[in-house]
Amino acid sequence: MKYISEYRDPQLVKKYLHELYRVTTRPWTLMEICGGQTHSLVKNGLLDMLPPQINMVHGPGCPVCVTSVSVLDEALWLAQQPDVIFCSFGDMLRVPGSSQSLLHAKAAGADVRILYSPLEAVQLAIDNPTKEVVFFAVGFETTAPANALSVVQAAARGVSNYSILASHVLVPPAMEAILGDPDNVIDGFLAAGHVCTIMGTTEYDPIALKYKVPIVVTGFEPADLLQGILMTVSQLEKGTYRVENQYARMVAREGNAMAMKAIHEVFDVSNRMWRGIGTIPDSGYEVKDAYKQYNARLKFNIHLPVREEDPDCISGDIMRGHKKPVQCPAFGGRCRPEHPLGAPMVSSEGACAAYYQYKSSV
Amino acid sequence: MCLAIPGKVIAIHEGEDVLFRKGKVSFSGITREVSLCMVPEAALGDYVLVHVGVAIGIVNEEEAKQIFSYLEQMGDLEELL
Ligand code: SF4
Repeated sequence: MKYISEYRDPQLVKKYLHELYRVTTRPWTLMEICGGQTHSLVKNGLLDMLPPQINMVHGPGCPVCVTSVSVLDEALWLAQQPDVIFCSFGDMLRVPGSSQSLLHAKAAGADVRILYSPLEAVQLAIDNPTKEVVFFAVGFETTAPANALSVVQAAARGVSNYSILASHVLVPPAMEAILGDPDNVIDGFLAAGHVCTIMGTTEYDPIALKYKVPIVVTGFEPADLLQGILMTVSQLEKGTYRVENQYARMVAREGNAMAMKAIHEVFDVSNRMWRGIGTIPDSGYEVKDAYKQYNARLKFNIHLPVREEDPDCISGDIMRGHKKPVQCPAFGGRCRPEHPLGAPMVSSEGACAAYYQYKSSV
Repeated sequence: MCLAIPGKVIAIHEGEDVLFRKGKVSFSGITREVSLCMVPEAALGDYVLVHVGVAIGIVNEEEAKQIFSYLEQMGDLEELL
């Protein structure tokens, strides 16, 4: 598409930067929620171009990074059951659980498959009637409709050998957990564009009002990000705190009604444990009772002890905006993309991996 | 993994019910089967935003131009100051 290249236009980038230098008079700390945005900011060198008063910190918006060790242990346990085909998005395979990763389990003979879409897993279940197919349903609001649709399609087709291990996380409660922290350092947020494509922008209005922070729904291209930062800083400089939508070409205020319908059909809001952060109330989705035969936790009656991550990993501090990856003593030493200690070093959208890969100055 | 990619709808299969409405979407030449159940109004030739095999929105080319009008506003602003 023509306009995609225009969003990478260096002239546009220059213009936004120029304007940003003009409006910024004081130090501000902004958090981008989404790991895709973190990746784009670091990869395109934008962090080094911003006015020095603007401090970007990197939020918890990478599903790979926030899926708890306990859920990974559940995934590993399921993958090791006889007659189970365990399916996952590729990025989850290298994330360390308390003892090993799904990749280790696969190497040791477990039937672990990487799929592009949960809908493929339903087909796999139809094609393998003597096996139990389980899909690792991780992700934010963006991914929840597809995972929900897989369950609805399985139910409609009478597929009984399909289930999901749900570990969905939700953005607004995480933002509230960060803002409600007495040590909060965040002045403004870039909200994640594609999450809002599904959910719309209205759920951010009460947060902006309560915590008096501007929230700007922002896209992923360099010019998107700079425009989002500019809109946030302009609000901060003026003392306003509204929800604005930089990404109107992809995000409608009311979201996608069909997608939300699919989510509410299959999932209930539940408490969720976030890796590095802890349990945040009402911050996840779990499969509803009406679809309980598609809930792998119930179907396989999983009961495992709760485990914590490696104590050296400071990912929680990073995702709350208190520290940068380079401040982690393990960064680049004990913890590298080939030997990740914590999840943010695994995914390309994790802040630690993005810094490791692209930041020349570290 | 939360990124969604725009692609062009090049074929539509209505399916037995809207739940199974799907189509072929081309991402600069690479074609994938995509569920169109959540974008019931998507038609042949439309650009849809696709995430893990499901179209989650229609890309509005008009709105894409907003970024440029925003820039113009800034230009105006500069002149006024
Ligand atoms: S560098 Fe590794 S150990 Fe340190 S915070 Fe990042 S993922 Fe955790």
